[in-house]
Amino acid sequence: MDLGRKAFPRALDLKSGRIELGHGAGGRTMTQLIEELFESRFANPFLAQRHDAASFPVTDGRMVVSTDGFVISPLFFPGGDIGSLAVHGTVNDVAMAGARPLYLTCGMILEEGFPLADLARICASMADAAAAAGVCIVAGDTKVVERGKGDGVFITTTGIGIVPDGVAIAADRARPGDAVLLSGTLGDHGVAVLSRREGLSFATDLVSDSAPLHTLVADMVAAVPDIHVLRDATRGGFAAVLNEIARESGVGITVREDAIPVAAAVRGACELLGLDPLYVANEGKLVAFCPASDAERLLAVMQAHPLGRESAIVGTCTDDPHRFVQMQTSFGGNRIIDWIAGEQLPRIC
Amino acid sequence: MTVRYIDEFRDRKLAETLSRAIHAEADSGRSYRLMEFCGGHTHAIFRYGILDLLPANVTMVHGPGCPVCVLPIGRLDQAIQLARDHGVMLCTYGDLLRVPGVERATLLKARAGGADVRMVYSSLDALALARAHPDRQVVFFAIGFETTTPATAVALLQAKAERFRNFTVHCNHVLTPAAISGLLASAREAETRGEPGLAVDGFVGPAHVSAVIGSRPFERFAAEHATPVVIAGFEPLDVMQAILMLVRQLNDGRAEVENEYTRVVCRDGNRKAQALMDQVFQLRPSFDWRGLGALPASALGIRDDFADFDAEKRFTLSAPDVADSKACACASILRGVKKPTDCRIFATACTPDTPIGACMVSSEGACAAYYTYGRYRDAAPVAG
Repeated sequence: MDLGRKAFPRALDLKSGRIELGHGAGGRTMTQLIEELFESRFANPFLAQRHDAASFPVTDGRMVVSTDGFVISPLFFPGGDIGSLAVHGTVNDVAMAGARPLYLTCGMILEEGFPLADLARICASMADAAAAAGVCIVAGDTKVVERGKGDGVFITTTGIGIVPDGVAIAADRARPGDAVLLSGTLGDHGVAVLSRREGLSFATDLVSDSAPLHTLVADMVAAVPDIHVLRDATRGGFAAVLNEIARESGVGITVREDAIPVAAAVRGACELLGLDPLYVANEGKLVAFCPASDAERLLAVMQAHPLGRESAIVGTCTDDPHRFVQMQTSFGGNRIIDWIAGEQLPRIC
Repeated sequence: MTVRYIDEFRDRKLAETLSRAIHAEADSGRSYRLMEFCGGHTHAIFRYGILDLLPANVTMVHGPGCPVCVLPIGRLDQAIQLARDHGVMLCTYGDLLRVPGVERATLLKARAGGADVRMVYSSLDALALARAHPDRQVVFFAIGFETTTPATAVALLQAKAERFRNFTVHCNHVLTPAAISGLLASAREAETRGEPGLAVDGFVGPAHVSAVIGSRPFERFAAEHATPVVIAGFEPLDVMQAILMLVRQLNDGRAEVENEYTRVVCRDGNRKAQALMDQVFQLRPSFDWRGLGALPASALGIRDDFADFDAEKRFTLSAPDVADSKACACASILRGVKKPTDCRIFATACTPDTPIGACMVSSEGACAAYYTYGRYRDAAPVAG
């Protein structure tokens, strides 16, 4: 009998098993969960070192690091799940520095009773997303909290990437006269998630736009190294990005409603739910600021990429000491696009 | 899901045509101060930038028609008491959740403190929650003008028919015609004190409220106050068309009730909805309005036949009498005498994140809409 090879008498029950407190307690149960569920799916040489800290070679250039927690409900939604989202979200944050993402770490907080089948599905989705994005999950951590003290699973990922020489993308570099470009339709992710939320479910063909944007960014940076600002329009939507950059860079921004792409299904849902697509979250859309003279070239590169086909030049930065973000409405007037006050809540009438 | 007719009533070409007509017909020798009563109109005016399409002598005064804004703090405090102290599952419509009450407490903060506060899209969602949680007391905090009142009536009728033991309604429904009367009465009072009264030449009348009550109730105002009323839909072209109709009435010296929103509103309104309301609700002798004070016969309470479903009867609630902030100019803003920017706490102490006055609490409030959408109009010229 080969006791060394068969460390666990029975394989994890991925069909009807559930997370128990022991899965986070540091014993054999936890080791089995890590080996059979995580390592088998995330397999790479760095993870295989099985050290407390993964080690990897340092290359020339500037490194960037970003971290993000994922607490989405529902865990599975049209176009993705918390696993793919945890990869895309952090890959995108790293990419917004103009960097090539290389490594991810993954912390999981699991709730006692969470079905192993769902966890396996989430891990497979993470592994697929990481492979597709060309990043390795090099380190991880697993904790289990008592039933009722979590919401199934929370995931935190940290990403590390390398910025090519000559790229200096930063939030404070937008200048009056800069063009504002948007990589596609607004609100797909937020509305797809809402459509599956308890008490609100409605029928839609809409899927989340969750996607890794680093190859789009790589094409953009190669064509226009002097991109001033990049930011993905996640929580708070497009409106939040515009206000953040106006504030950081000390500029005003004027966008044209006509130029901003919004899918018909998103417009319809927002009409019914009393929401404004400008404030709805995206997980696969970025906003770029570049000198006006580079705008057409940047647009062409973005539109040539599969994740940027519907890109558009949507506005310009202005010299405005008030740092107001304004929109020329399709109707022919102007309005301010302010920060969202708290959470976006539907109006009564 | 496909929603049709989103763009038809937001067409730029038609807007330009209407804008040209308003410019051509508005007499440059006079001013046209028009009040849109409803928050929905205020929202449309700012969201679509309608003010930019009007001549300088046609100005809009933003009225008190936002149900969240005019809810007195004492009533809101009862919602918080129910959720926090009585352990009920408190259900209500979205934008009420962040309205600050006594000592800046909000329903969202109560939820953060462990209270069970649910946002619903319909009174029937609250009833469904009561059905799903028979062990919990579920209270629907009902708020709104005549638009949302019939839906509350339906929930109460269903609750009675199905003999719910765990569902009650905390009723805060208010009446539009009474609010307009109150506004005019307070303007007259101000005039007797030698203060400016009501700076309004015509009303853009309510859209969805009128779908329920009809255009007939507004005929009295038009006649008694010699002020024209045009009922209008909430789409921006509806608002533009109504403004043009008001300009024409004022030019002609007419003071009639006209209906721009004929695709939805008729003179008698929705009789079935009116009957439902009448079956379930009765007039309260008086009701407090934030920003306007106590107005007689301006709100509905639940009839005795439905007393078992009245949260104010089932639960013991204190009713704190909280005065409106003295620094706040809401009362004058709601009468059109002052603009939001004339208020000394506007955009300083009072912002959408930290609202003090009624007009700032919901996105439809005059000040909040002005803050969110309109500030740039009064901003200092851009430095070179």
